[in-house]
Amino acid sequence: MNKIENQKAWFFVLPVLALVAFNAIIPLMTVVNYSVQETFGDNTFFWAGVMWFEQVLTSERFHASLGRQMIFTFSILAIEIPLGVLIALTMPRKGPWVPVCLVLMALPLLIPWNVVGAMWNIFALPDIGLLGRTLNAIGFDYNFTRQPGDAWFTMILMDVWHWTSLVVLLAYAGLVSIPDAYYQAAKIDGAKPLAIFRYIQLPKMKRVLTIAILLRFMDSFMIYTEPFVLTGGGPGNSTTLLSIDLVKIALGQFDLGPAAAMSLIYFLIILAMSWVFYTVMMRNEAN
Amino acid sequence: MAKITLKGLRHSYMPNPSKPTDYALQQLDVDWEDGGAYALLGPSGCGKTTLLNIISGLLTPSHGEILFDGQDVTRMQPDERHIAQVFQFPVVYDTMTVYDNLAFPLRNRGVAEAEVDKRVREIAEMIDLTSTLDKRASGLTADGKQKISLGRGLVRTDVNVIMFDEPLTVIDPHLKWQLRSKLKELHQRVRTTMIYVTHDQTEALTFADKVVVMKDGQVVQIGTPVDLFERPQHTFVGHFIGSPGMNVLPCQVKGGKAFYEGIELGSWNASACKYEEGLELGVRPEFVKLSDAGVPVEIAKVSDAGRFQIVHTRKGDHSIKLLVPEGVEIPEKHAHLAFRSDHTQVYRDGWLVSGDNSHE
Repeated sequence: MNKIENQKAWFFVLPVLALVAFNAIIPLMTVVNYSVQETFGDNTFFWAGVMWFEQVLTSERFHASLGRQMIFTFSILAIEIPLGVLIALTMPRKGPWVPVCLVLMALPLLIPWNVVGAMWNIFALPDIGLLGRTLNAIGFDYNFTRQPGDAWFTMILMDVWHWTSLVVLLAYAGLVSIPDAYYQAAKIDGAKPLAIFRYIQLPKMKRVLTIAILLRFMDSFMIYTEPFVLTGGGPGNSTTLLSIDLVKIALGQFDLGPAAAMSLIYFLIILAMSWVFYTVMMRNEAN
Repeated sequence: MAKITLKGLRHSYMPNPSKPTDYALQQLDVDWEDGGAYALLGPSGCGKTTLLNIISGLLTPSHGEILFDGQDVTRMQPDERHIAQVFQFPVVYDTMTVYDNLAFPLRNRGVAEAEVDKRVREIAEMIDLTSTLDKRASGLTADGKQKISLGRGLVRTDVNVIMFDEPLTVIDPHLKWQLRSKLKELHQRVRTTMIYVTHDQTEALTFADKVVVMKDGQVVQIGTPVDLFERPQHTFVGHFIGSPGMNVLPCQVKGGKAFYEGIELGSWNASACKYEEGLELGVRPEFVKLSDAGVPVEIAKVSDAGRFQIVHTRKGDHSIKLLVPEGVEIPEKHAHLAFRSDHTQVYRDGWLVSGDNSHE
């Protein structure tokens, strides 16, 4: 068969290539550039090889923030995914309440991230905040600016409040796409609600849930604004997640080399974990 | 197994139905004999699926009752009625193996595992799924999945009726025929009452001992395939069943004789007709012949259907079709048609005219 050769097509791809180059490849390459060099100011750079990478990978500070990041991400996943599915299951599938529920669910997603942080900061203040004062009034010694445990509690609660909706909406989309015949067949087969969830709803939600988990994993692993506004990484370093630590090194200390190396490691961790996760989730699909 | 009785059944999807057109199902009184193979035939939107869902219990009728062997089940849930249903689109539990799919209804009912195993293997044998028992159900083709749906109904020993809601819609044409004969064979083996909903007359007529023809939420005729062909109770049945459908022509009846455009035509039931308005004459193309005398017509078109030819003729605004065997010479332009009087019948307002006036 003779294919028609038309090299003009490249011309049409060019704008996209240029766009990707300017907003992804070139910035990434400058980071790569910094990560292998040392500078003593004056805009003079020296070759440093993998020194910064070694330094970051062996630094206790990096291990500590990575550890906190992991705890944060897996905590919010462990809460948001089941909670989101649960809420989606209780939402009506037909009728006038559907749009009401959907809008209510979408509301937290529409609030700018730093506003969420500020809202929760004020909400949780022990002396004037509604949450802080109430907790103290009913006998809890709650102070998120001084006690690391309270800071973590508030940070996780804030993320659950902000992002569970996303899981709900995705899970709900999966649920409403199940044809009625499945429920009817299950009814006829005498399946109990738990069996319906296990054998119909969960398998049908699997794809959207995979997406939900991936999105929540990536977003929470990169999260910066909300915890920064809420706790600023404190008290001490107790809520300093990876991105907060990175900003401290890059802009606070202006250590460009280590910061660049850390950025790349950070990026590779997210990429690798997403890939592993997706492969594992989708493996069953192939069988 | 059970005899199913529908008594004074009506259903509307509206909360406050007032006029007849608000009802998806008009008045229905039907008996389904135990062990019968029934087809529910009608065009889309005639209420077939509504009726099916009412029998299975997925829908509660607005009026009337459903009896299984004399017991009122109108308010019972589907699983309490002991029925099985095969849907238009195959429903299988994707994550389970074929075996687990078939075992599912039994396990839900707490049947002992040894008994489950025995039943599942027996049924798998019946529907030719033995070799795929260990496979994931999601990997099967559409016809395999439909077999699983059917199998989930067959494994239960307490099933009163198995219902099929256009089960061959998504099946490849060459497998449709296979699956249909398999169904027929299974029915002869298990003798469970089966109700098969379809809008395809071939499916209905080959599967069923008795066909229930529906139109606009009403049953227009219940009968064997032969009844439907030879004695359509309504011009709709004549149209809908048969290919091409029955010819319907306006007529007058005077002194027990039927006239079409002034030409007297023999009809077996004209003598019972005491009416003058709204009369029509129905005759199937199979019972119309080319002849030397009779109704003069113009030949409009001849289409070859293999073993016979379909001749489209015109008389004025009316079209009359007839079937002519292969090889018979057809006149170029003008011809005369003769109708077989024992298969030419008079209808009034669509209904077959009979001595007892049952449709008054």
